[in-house]
Amino acid sequence: MLAKEQKIKNFEMMKILVCISHVPDTTTKISFTADNTSFNTAGVQFIINPYDEIALTRALELTKDGAEGTVTVLNVGDASTEPTLRKALAIGATDAIRVNAAPREAFYVATQIAQVAQQEKYDLILMGRESIDYNGAQVPEMVAELLNMPSVSIAKKLDIEGTSATLEREIEGGKETVSVPLPLVASASEGMAEPRIPNMRGIMSARTKPLKVVEATDAAELTKVASHETPKPRGAVKLVDAQDVDKLVELLHTEAKVI
Amino acid sequence: MSVLVYAENSAGKFKKSTYEAVSYGNAIAKAIGGTLTVVSIGEVDNAELQNLSKYGARKVYDVKGDKVQKFVTQPYASSIAEVAQKEGAKVIVISNSFSGKSVAPRVAVKLKAGLVAGAVDVPQTASGFTVKKTSFSGKAFSHVSILGDVKVITLNPNSYKVNEDPGSAEVISFTPNLSETDLKVTVKDITKASDKIALPEAERVVSAGRGMKGPENWKMIEELADILGAATACSKPVSDAGWRPHSEHVGQTGIAISPNLYIAIGISGAIQHLAGISSSKVIVAINKDSEAPFFKVADYGIVGDAFEVVPKLIEALKKFKANLN
Repeated sequence: MLAKEQKIKNFEMMKILVCISHVPDTTTKISFTADNTSFNTAGVQFIINPYDEIALTRALELTKDGAEGTVTVLNVGDASTEPTLRKALAIGATDAIRVNAAPREAFYVATQIAQVAQQEKYDLILMGRESIDYNGAQVPEMVAELLNMPSVSIAKKLDIEGTSATLEREIEGGKETVSVPLPLVASASEGMAEPRIPNMRGIMSARTKPLKVVEATDAAELTKVASHETPKPRGAVKLVDAQDVDKLVELLHTEAKVI
Repeated sequence: MSVLVYAENSAGKFKKSTYEAVSYGNAIAKAIGGTLTVVSIGEVDNAELQNLSKYGARKVYDVKGDKVQKFVTQPYASSIAEVAQKEGAKVIVISNSFSGKSVAPRVAVKLKAGLVAGAVDVPQTASGFTVKKTSFSGKAFSHVSILGDVKVITLNPNSYKVNEDPGSAEVISFTPNLSETDLKVTVKDITKASDKIALPEAERVVSAGRGMKGPENWKMIEELADILGAATACSKPVSDAGWRPHSEHVGQTGIAISPNLYIAIGISGAIQHLAGISSSKVIVAINKDSEAPFFKVADYGIVGDAFEVVPKLIEALKKFKANLN
């Protein structure tokens, strides 16, 4: 613990931006309306995208809950996403920004974030590796490219010492440690932090924390969802007796042809 | 009109997922009446570069040097974009690997291209350009149209078959113009378990859950995986408890996989877990609870105690393998 405290001491008031998406709860059964062109939001609970929540938690740890820096949360969305921003404030963010626009597609969203970031000059821009709805996994690197900043994606560890960050990122069958000078854009994977439940004090204070609404800037839309579909249901399970596992091996070989 | 594929290597060798991307790019090139160009970045020898020609590559850009020796997002993205511009490529295909996921958005911004990440099928090009991708973390598929003139696609591993299309390829050495910002990230250390099969690309996966009761009981899971040539995976409660690393967690907030064979042992089958594995070709569930939701999505199932069934399965597979030889 002591080592961690010393690590961020040198860097007095760190300014962090955490971008969050407003996504359906992980238990949601997915269905579509309007001829399979729209996600059916009826009865759906919305949450902070779980990977973004990991990013937010790490940002709060790095700034000692705002004592040694500020953590601004940003969402591109209409007014219906404000409860999600308030939840982020309850968890501990300093203030919130909502860019008033539907999050049409990745490049459009990235342009909005880059626009805000250009004015505010953050030391660190953090967000989840991808949203669990459209799984674009595009916004973090697009923001970095638009801002001409270095970036590290899918990081499971992030530490800051002075003006330099050390990250551990996932690679196929292993891990890689990298170092980068700030400012930096990073995307968080599992392991970077353990999300926490907001306490009563947090929930009370979230109501009065600043939430600024800014208008969107013009941006190109380079992709458009044509339609959605749900996976085809599978056939009924073929049960094999627990005493006869040879049968399973045989089925996997002759019928399924996977061994 | 040309299609450009980024051929990712691992320690100088192209992976199966790379040949999948090359085959996929070749299919697009044929559909739109173009040629297939491939760019390789990092230390890959000439013989290995020539292997790309077996799958349709007719031109290979070879980017080598100190600045691109190890994968770093920015210089790799700049290299790919520069080759794409030089070639006038209209479609750029990249594997949806950890590195591919990182470079693709930057390549797209540099080329003012639309990007679809996680494609599972070749694009529909009859009218427009629409790509099928996984969405809602495996709970659905979306058909996404790319509106821009230039298109970038990342292809999910195990989603497109490697197809041979032999010919000869011209290898061109290429030195990209890299800027100072391209070189700000320094790789300090790489740890790779070389004897293990990487989970995202594995053709077979043996996965286990809380039913295993504790991390000390994973020996039989590893043994089963070993005999099948499979990667090991786990459910979220298992990685949350620290029994297994997060990198093994498959599911909605872990990784989504689409192996040919997925064996789930002692995993009940929560909706979040099923999301990550629903694209598997064949699913086997082993669970002592006959009511476990996993049996609703599995192709084959055994209702039984993992501690009895798994050792028997290992023995049965050993026997099966001995008979094959």
